[in-house]
Amino acid sequence: MNIVVCVKQVPATQKVDIDPKTGVLLRNGIESKLNPFDLVALEAAKWIADKTDAKIHALSMGPNSAIEVLRESFALGAKEGWLLSDRKFAGADVLATSYALACGIRQIGDVDLIICGKQTTDGDTAQVGPEIAEVLGIPHISWALELIEADAKGLIIKQDLGSMDALVRMEYPCLISVEKAMFQPDLPSYRLYKESKDYPLHILSADDLTDVDMTRIGLDGSPTQVEKIFIPSHDVKATRLEGDPEKISQDLFSILKKNKLIKEVQ
Amino acid sequence: MHETLTKDHIADLKRLLNDKVIDQDISDDYSHDEMIIYGTRKPDVVVIPSSKEDVSILLSYANKHHLPVIARGAGTGLCGGCVPMSGGILLDMSRMRKILEIDPKTMTATFEPGVILMEAIEKVADAGFLYAPDPGEKSATIGGNVMTNAGGMRAIKYGVTRDHIKGLEVVLADGSIMTLGGKISKNSSGYDLKDLIIGSEGTLAIVTKIIAKIVPRPKLMTSLLIPFNTLKEALEAVPAIMNLEDTATTIEFMEKEVIEDAKIYLGKDFPNGDYNAYLIVSYSGNNKEEIRRMIETCSELVLKKGAIDVFISDTQERQSSIWDARGAFLEAIKNSSSEMDECDVVVDIDKVADFLDFAKNVAERIDIRMRSFGHAGDGNLHIYILKDALSNELWKKKAKDFMDELYDEAEILKGQVSGEHGIGHAKREYLMSAISTSEYELMRKIKLAFDPNNILNPGKVIDIKDRDHR
Repeated sequence: MNIVVCVKQVPATQKVDIDPKTGVLLRNGIESKLNPFDLVALEAAKWIADKTDAKIHALSMGPNSAIEVLRESFALGAKEGWLLSDRKFAGADVLATSYALACGIRQIGDVDLIICGKQTTDGDTAQVGPEIAEVLGIPHISWALELIEADAKGLIIKQDLGSMDALVRMEYPCLISVEKAMFQPDLPSYRLYKESKDYPLHILSADDLTDVDMTRIGLDGSPTQVEKIFIPSHDVKATRLEGDPEKISQDLFSILKKNKLIKEVQ
Repeated sequence: MHETLTKDHIADLKRLLNDKVIDQDISDDYSHDEMIIYGTRKPDVVVIPSSKEDVSILLSYANKHHLPVIARGAGTGLCGGCVPMSGGILLDMSRMRKILEIDPKTMTATFEPGVILMEAIEKVADAGFLYAPDPGEKSATIGGNVMTNAGGMRAIKYGVTRDHIKGLEVVLADGSIMTLGGKISKNSSGYDLKDLIIGSEGTLAIVTKIIAKIVPRPKLMTSLLIPFNTLKEALEAVPAIMNLEDTATTIEFMEKEVIEDAKIYLGKDFPNGDYNAYLIVSYSGNNKEEIRRMIETCSELVLKKGAIDVFISDTQERQSSIWDARGAFLEAIKNSSSEMDECDVVVDIDKVADFLDFAKNVAERIDIRMRSFGHAGDGNLHIYILKDALSNELWKKKAKDFMDELYDEAEILKGQVSGEHGIGHAKREYLMSAISTSEYELMRKIKLAFDPNNILNPGKVIDIKDRDHR
């Protein structure tokens, strides 16, 4: 049995500059890390592999530097790495990324289960996982909250549907995208870093992939037009209320009322 | 002899210090620190000064009338140091909480004593520097840290609070204001009174301003979570780690049981949490290559010393997953039982394993639940015993038997009663029996030279009445 975990190299900090003209993240020279959601995906893969004796593959798309996150995936339990790296893949939006990753998964072959982190910390779309499943024509479960059971045929998963949880049984081949709360990810192992030096790591260009529609990858395959990228503001303004308890409670009441957070009952 | 505080005294204080004096509805919080087990008592009156002049006015009055004055920061102490066990005036320093200056030219930061440690660390970091002492209790005040000479997790690389204090402004028992040291980096000018006051737990003077050293902030820090089959194996690897060319920033030890307590307390899982015992070793540096080399050298060494693996914590999320738990150990242990008692002895770093073994055997023999964690790199252990379902009487007896044996053993190993929490009144008897008559006499004379009327935190650290000691 084969499990593919999709991993992405993301900026290690939120303080990333954005090119004011193109709206593209300026990644050069900044520290990077493995997307925190993907660490949970790797943990989920280990949980399932423990029960099914599956082999874990890590798959990424990006520049050569993304080899680092594949090596880190080895130190977290993956046994084989795959990197889609080609200028032709560059500038991909979620649709083109999903298509390229789906082609990579087909290339790996005999894949039973694909696990994605719910989203990345630099894109935040949470669309790539489900879109890969659509491209491959397989079922998927997003917002996977807890793994209940896994065997050679399929999984039982608790899915977070907002107002309720659903218990879902799904047969392979299939895809799940996992919530951060599913696991506390383990830390990468020094022993595994050393042991994995000779693990197979494949770097594939667009031409290495079979049956690829070149119009569906990279900038050409990306219908998304980015208007503007910005970091959401997190300003917290604090007001300190002073005085005796009566005055403080009256002041607090006035503020809540003024901001229409409460209504005065007549 | 102290006078008992009367209505007249309180009226005088109100006349002198107006609304800074509280004598009605005194909060229960003032009657204890973190360790209720060592006794509680409300002060007769609370004074909340906002300047050195306020402190001076108060001390001058209290000295004249022989009234006890007990200074308090955030009340996070662990040995009853700020508890007014014989009543008197509680001096709440928490409103003197301005960060007065961060000066890159002299690499100093100047604080009022009530500044919360967490805020001091953050503001110094914002200016691009590091206030290096790293006591676990981040809601303590800097003044409290100075008064107990707080240690913390980075002590092996940077030293303890005393090593970072360059100058103090203090008010003496008679109300006179004095500046000791300053922004200067060296000082061989006579007896170092500043260093005597640091760690004196409010018994020699009241600190009103602190000039601290700040250092360049390393850009990167990586921690290694290193599992072992037994705690003894983990601790035995420590001296070799200390001998490595690169000085670790921290070397902490912990056991599975404490991690389990922290998981329950924080409601959060711990990474790679299935092993019996761990060391956390941290390295700081300025580039990835440098750190990578440090990690490799340390990892190879500990694997030879019996470590099962080495797990690498190199991102903010990972650091928070282990350090949040480490930071919560004390509260987590406290949360796991109705009452606890603690021992903060310090022994030579090559004796830590033996001492812990000894403590475990005593706990087993006395039949009491024990938890421990601590600073493996500097020999400072934190050992806790827990009351659980024991009756009050049995708990008190077992706690005393346990502690007596531990302090005796520490003395045999040439350790000290307290590594970083201080003496207060809770550990006073253990200090008294650990030091020689002549050392005690010197301490007593120092106390009386600073505070002839014994008004400053009387009965703490040493008992000046006990002339027949030993």
